[in-house]
Amino acid sequence: MDFVQNFPFFSILLSLFSGPLSSVLNAKWAKRVNAAVITVIGCMSAAVLVYVTGTGQEYVYMMGHFPAPWGNEIRVGILEALMALFFCVIMLLSMIGGSRERELELEESKQNLYYIMVNLLLCSLLALVYTNDLFTAYVFVEINTISACGLIMIKQNGRTMEASVRYMIMSLLGSGLLLLGICFLYDLTGHLLMSNIKEQVQLLALSGNYHIPLIVSLGLMSVGLAIKSALYPFHTWLPDAYGYSTLSSAAILSSLVSKGYIFLLIKIFYRVIGFEIVRESKVIHVLFVFGIIGMIMGSVSAIREDNIRRMIAFSSVAQIGYIYMGFGLGTAEGVIASIYHVISHSASKSLLFVAASGLTDASGESLRYRDLTGAGYRNGLAGVAFTVGSLSMVGMPIFSGFISKLLFAQAAIGHTYKMLLTLIALAISTVLNAVYFMRTVIRIYTPVPEGFLIENAQTVTVRQQPSKSAALVCFILLNLFLGLNSEPIIGLIQRGLEMFD
Amino acid sequence: MSRKVPQEEYEKTVSYRLKRWLEGTKDPFLNTVEMRPQKEFEEDEQTVRAREKDRKRNAEKVYDLERNAEIRIFRKVYRVFSVLFCVFLVMMLLTAVSWLPAVGEADRPVNNEVSKRYIENGLQETGAVNIVTGMILDYRAFDTLGESHVLFVATCTVLILLRLDGKKDPERFDANDRLHEPKNDVILQTVAKILVPPIFIFGIYIILAGHLGPGGGFSGGAVIGAGLILYLNAFGFAKTERFFTAKTYRRTSFCALACYSLCKSYSFFTGANHIESVIPLGKPGAILSSGLILILNICVGIVVAGTMYTFYVMFRKGEY
Repeated sequence: MDFVQNFPFFSILLSLFSGPLSSVLNAKWAKRVNAAVITVIGCMSAAVLVYVTGTGQEYVYMMGHFPAPWGNEIRVGILEALMALFFCVIMLLSMIGGSRERELELEESKQNLYYIMVNLLLCSLLALVYTNDLFTAYVFVEINTISACGLIMIKQNGRTMEASVRYMIMSLLGSGLLLLGICFLYDLTGHLLMSNIKEQVQLLALSGNYHIPLIVSLGLMSVGLAIKSALYPFHTWLPDAYGYSTLSSAAILSSLVSKGYIFLLIKIFYRVIGFEIVRESKVIHVLFVFGIIGMIMGSVSAIREDNIRRMIAFSSVAQIGYIYMGFGLGTAEGVIASIYHVISHSASKSLLFVAASGLTDASGESLRYRDLTGAGYRNGLAGVAFTVGSLSMVGMPIFSGFISKLLFAQAAIGHTYKMLLTLIALAISTVLNAVYFMRTVIRIYTPVPEGFLIENAQTVTVRQQPSKSAALVCFILLNLFLGLNSEPIIGLIQRGLEMFD
Repeated sequence: MSRKVPQEEYEKTVSYRLKRWLEGTKDPFLNTVEMRPQKEFEEDEQTVRAREKDRKRNAEKVYDLERNAEIRIFRKVYRVFSVLFCVFLVMMLLTAVSWLPAVGEADRPVNNEVSKRYIENGLQETGAVNIVTGMILDYRAFDTLGESHVLFVATCTVLILLRLDGKKDPERFDANDRLHEPKNDVILQTVAKILVPPIFIFGIYIILAGHLGPGGGFSGGAVIGAGLILYLNAFGFAKTERFFTAKTYRRTSFCALACYSLCKSYSFFTGANHIESVIPLGKPGAILSSGLILILNICVGIVVAGTMYTFYVMFRKGEY
């Protein structure tokens, strides 16, 4: 066994260990430990990605002395390593971008608790990505839920309290449904390990036994994870949670937490149930319909919004709709498009959150649309970054959003009756995206008229906010990289997905 | 001049006018098209105030249930639909459950090689007489490692929510803390004096004998936590803070979790790399047996006891 193969295990344990470690450190050291841990894990994930791409073989890693159906194990393939690497990059940039806000908005004595939450959140994301066991996935879903709730709540005011209560209720409902689904599946198959469940499920599908509980279990797990990742009718917790929490929380929640659940759902579809059975069940039609509705309703809500953070949050609802629509197509191309959109949306959404906060810094901390007039001149870099993020969201070529929209359209072509629906929904959603994002871009580049008062408006230079500016530059480069250099990443996703079967 | 056309005629052509326009000597729109400078965007204070007032009034109107028919209707419809939805969900789940394999039959899918090995080889492979302990702390120790961190992260969330930092006002707390409870209650103190030591000893026994019989870190830790809470109720914070403060909690739980992570990292690493573990399993039934399970049980017990006590203190006082 090569030493590199230990890295996924090291990264899970390292992030898990750094959680309790942060509780005995002060805020300054906890911050350093957190940055170091994320960087080290990112490097290790990159090494694993290189290794797995080189061998072209997935491998399982035994967690203990007992082989799989008895003990725990994790599984490492191209897609897992890619996701782990990507999550680390986004998390590191979000933490850097939001460091100033954390110092301003959080109580001094509670800052180290923030880093505990972030470390354990990273651990749970890694475990969700790598796990090969449904129950392990559930345990880390719990950690993920609780720490995400802490991340919202730690900026203590009425809005975030309300938001975290909502988040808690909806998210626990989702966890409960997921657990019920896992229980059903365990009762039918007698296994918790993904590959063994799949074998048994294939046998059950051939014999036709227990068809109803199998479909119910698939439905419960899909709905549970859809609630947790804010698919359209279950999105009510999202705008407040993203809109009022501290900056790095909003960026992490929108681009990582919901994406972790989506990745788990992909794993359940491919590695637990088998995509053939999922396709034959009606569950994906439901996901498709709600995805389409979400794409449009999310954008409509965003247009009606006057608060820029909430507007960006509502845009997430639309983007999650795209991802579920891709699943709903029921083809490998659709899922590839969805996974690419997971990546591209994470990159541009966290960019938008950080850029919007740069713009509001220049407008007297006001989130209102009116006060952002001319903010692009007062904070040049944030204005450029916001424009890049907006163009990417709308789907302009050379930015990452264009590639994912192209992939969705390509995946839809050839589909009998879903093609037209998908293409129309894509067109409408693109126009709606353009309405609210371009409106904002025009607003921030409108010179302030005489007599138009913006309280505490000030010019913000790069030198005043070095960490945020650095994060913004990296985010812009990441978006351009994803947009201009999409072929290898799509290739990796494709190969990784083939390994899933 | 080498022009073929005379100057006067040339002045009438289009190209001459174009040339003058390019040179800037004549603007064709000047004095022919009416032009006015754009009006500056103006808003006097009154309209701004009216606008702001409208904004506020809007919010007031929206949340005024008397006038807002939309919300009233929504609430009624919401109630009806929530009942309908719950009935639907219950029916669906009951139907699904009725299709599951019957309980108690020998050929249920859950009776497979997984549980067979746990039951038949559990004792030899883990050294724990209590198979359940062997399962959660040895076969599936990774899940339990996650589970103990769930407790830890839950405590941290409660600390974020309820800990009062820098708002210390000792008199207020002392007055409020035991407002509705008798201070120095003789009955409570006597009973606590008698009961607390056996509770602690019993809790420690449950933890230490977790691999031999029913029990383990989770249940034993809960018993110790309950004992701590009883002691606190009888004697007050002044007594408990002599041995258990926030710092104690942080340090013990860090040590316990770090110890758990390190022990399991060792066994995961050796297991995955097929290296023989040097930890002896010992003689089944002895207190020092079953490899790492005893240590892990102690770690889990410490974390659980600290968590229970911290929850109680946070909900009661908000700092310690």
